[in-house]
Amino acid sequence: MTPAAQRSDPLLEMRAITRDFPGVRALDGVTFSARRGEVHALVGENGAGKSTLIKVLSGVYPHGQYGGTIVLDGREQRFGGVRDAERAGIAVIHQELALVKQLSVAENVFLGAERLRAPGVLDWTAMRAQATLVLERVGLRVHPMTLVGELGIGAQQLVEIARALARDARLLVLDEPTAALTESETDTLLALINGLRERGVTAIYISHRLHEVRRIADRITVLRDGRTVCTESVADMPEERIIHNMVGRELAHMYPHRERVAGEVVLDVANWTVRDPADGRVAVRDVSFSVRRGEILGIAGLMGAGRSELVMSISGAWGRRQAGALQLAGQPIHVHGPREAIACGIALVTEDRRRFGLVPDMDVKQNTTLASLRRISRRGVLDHAAETRLARGFVDEMHTRVASLEQPVRTLSGGNQQKVLIARGLMTEPRVLFLDEPTRGIDVGARVEVYGILNDLVDRGVAVVMVSSELPEVLGMSDRVLVMHEGRLAAELSRTAADAATVMRYATGGKP
Amino acid sequence: MQWARGNAKQYTMILALAVIWVVFAFLTDGMFVSARNISNLIVQTVTTAILAIGVVLVIVSGHIDLSVGSVLGFTGAVCATLMISQGWGVVPSVLATLVVGLAIGAWHGFWVAYRKVPAFIVTLASMLAFRGLIIGITGGQTQGMEMAPPTEAERFMWIGQGYQPTWRPAVDGQVHDSSMLVAVVVIAALVLVQWRSRLARLRNGLAVLPAWLDALRVLGLTVVVAAFAGVMVFYQGLPWSVLLLLVLAGLLSFVARDTTFGRRLYAIGGNPEAARLAGIDVPRNTLGLFMVMGVMSAIAGIVCTSRLNAATTSAGQNAELDAIAAAVIGGASLMGGEGTVLGALVGALVMASLDNGMSLMNLDITWQYVIKGLILLIAVWADMARRRATH
Repeated sequence: MTPAAQRSDPLLEMRAITRDFPGVRALDGVTFSARRGEVHALVGENGAGKSTLIKVLSGVYPHGQYGGTIVLDGREQRFGGVRDAERAGIAVIHQELALVKQLSVAENVFLGAERLRAPGVLDWTAMRAQATLVLERVGLRVHPMTLVGELGIGAQQLVEIARALARDARLLVLDEPTAALTESETDTLLALINGLRERGVTAIYISHRLHEVRRIADRITVLRDGRTVCTESVADMPEERIIHNMVGRELAHMYPHRERVAGEVVLDVANWTVRDPADGRVAVRDVSFSVRRGEILGIAGLMGAGRSELVMSISGAWGRRQAGALQLAGQPIHVHGPREAIACGIALVTEDRRRFGLVPDMDVKQNTTLASLRRISRRGVLDHAAETRLARGFVDEMHTRVASLEQPVRTLSGGNQQKVLIARGLMTEPRVLFLDEPTRGIDVGARVEVYGILNDLVDRGVAVVMVSSELPEVLGMSDRVLVMHEGRLAAELSRTAADAATVMRYATGGKP
Repeated sequence: MQWARGNAKQYTMILALAVIWVVFAFLTDGMFVSARNISNLIVQTVTTAILAIGVVLVIVSGHIDLSVGSVLGFTGAVCATLMISQGWGVVPSVLATLVVGLAIGAWHGFWVAYRKVPAFIVTLASMLAFRGLIIGITGGQTQGMEMAPPTEAERFMWIGQGYQPTWRPAVDGQVHDSSMLVAVVVIAALVLVQWRSRLARLRNGLAVLPAWLDALRVLGLTVVVAAFAGVMVFYQGLPWSVLLLLVLAGLLSFVARDTTFGRRLYAIGGNPEAARLAGIDVPRNTLGLFMVMGVMSAIAGIVCTSRLNAATTSAGQNAELDAIAAAVIGGASLMGGEGTVLGALVGALVMASLDNGMSLMNLDITWQYVIKGLILLIAVWADMARRRATH
């Protein structure tokens, strides 16, 4: 740890930052500061203004588009664009990695800041040597000429950080850096951030994962509705208090589990084995389980355990089935694609909303009805009135916050987009609803609402299968828990038998 | 409000068209806006417009069709050959040509949808191949329709050159009675549709413009349609080809907005993976799309041959670029998922107006091409800048 005196010295001060969008004030006098050599976490619900604040800081919104002042190292900064901010030593590591997969690690590290031998001529020797050094600093042991596309997500993240360091970044902004990482990759990353802190690098750490925030941060700033709620040292901010500040209300029951009795078996999966169509690897191996009417079945496991692959393949969305059979209410069914799955009463809400779920330019009602066009048409002609009526029903029931049913779905917050996609699944009147990471990237308030929706569904007799990487969520919401490890079913636990330690033991390949 | 904003774009287009017309009216001392010229202009637009309203659906679906010009030329030549060499009548020749168009579309659709070859490549291949086949089928000679049996040739000419007949004997400069009736019916239908749509939106609790603004909007539309119709009514009447275009545009607009097929195309263009996971049969709808495009190209080919009264080896050359430009000027996004049939129609009119106006000004052909290119560039840039601003 660096001396406390140096710690208290502010590197960055953002004073009274205000930013307006047509009709909304996204930031309303936000104050934020980061001391030299600290990790400062920025938390808040989606829409609280975190990304907007970062965009102001990194020059995406140039000087003049916001109110207030940015002071870096005691000097006021007026960034005219991203490059100005970069030159001042601010580097943003985005949620979606900004790497060119077809280029090597060294080329990516120096992308836009290439070392040159002569004007326009690359100095490969220097770049390779410097890349090696900087890769060492981030603890990534790969050859600098490796193509980035061959690296895993965790390693790619490290390349991004290496890139920032190669540019002498003094202030690292990490936006949800662990969202796509496995546990061990997360540990590596957090250790790296710790190491950089000791060498004086300042980091702003944005994450929904509060336990990580508490592990890594020195101080925490909570934003809500475009305002700073508080900035406190991490010792004064237990998790409940962070949540309280984020939502502005007590979350009495974060996981509102309801007591219920499971009904008859709806879906039976036997000896399910699936290969990855891309590389032929066995992703799911000999998995058997059943889903009952009126229960939530949770599927836990680490990243890459085959959970998504399991639910995607059962819903006909992915994979090459090698062996296995499905029975729906005792009748054998054959699912060759999403269309057949939907017709059988199996609906899937995918993990990656933007890639697999939303049609961004379509409006709320069109996105809602997309999987059930037959229900709102006769002989191929759409009944707009019926479409509006049905879509409005879902919006009202789920309390989806939309300005209008004709609002493009891309303009909604993550939580509301997720509700639209759940509505799309429900509109197909499924008997089994699969949800893959249903609360990923959505804020705490919306999360609790999604849980309520799932409970209501179960009460109405739908069987819900939920894949989740968040252990508290799986344990809090499920009536039964399946644990997967390396493509296999490692354990099936009842609600009472499932506790965090047991689930983690099975998920990491441990024996009972 | 979203809805109003979406529509505002189309009114901007119409406004842009009006501006172009006013500018040319001044630059040509009113020659541009003479009834005769406007009537000609619209007739000249028909083939491009028929292609454009088909191409816009292809673009909406996230694909492209570079072959429409060559297919237009080829199908036009097929139709001419059937009538000339085979001595077929108009009806069987036209029907056979439409089937040929359908088959060509199915060929494209097969490669794009089921063999996953990018549409750009599939249709680029066809653009070359059919340009060659035109030469093959015509023997490299212009096939004049006067070589066909005279009665059939005359009936064929109607499609591209004919005007609606009058009940009273036609006199120059006098009101063309049957066209007048069509115009009145169209305007009445327009007002009725707008009125019913407003009522339906109110009933479904969707946002509507304030009554006075909506009335003003419908009045504006009525004036535009009346102005167009007026030109026809006081000149030689409504050409059959224009009526055909209007019917086709109405039909495709209906397909795009009010059918499951149309909705699926927007979804496929907007996010193909999401469409697939929502249970949409992406390959089948893609095949259907290209078949529609094939038929539209064949219709354009027939109209073109009829209007020129001949099948030429150069028919439809560069027409794909005009059609794509028209669709894009009309607001279609080459990224897929966005675009309207009416937009493409207005876009085609913009392109044709530029052609016609610049020719009337005797502008050097060099500059005609350059200006058209620049206008396309600026139009798309303006549209993207607007979109970025609203995001």
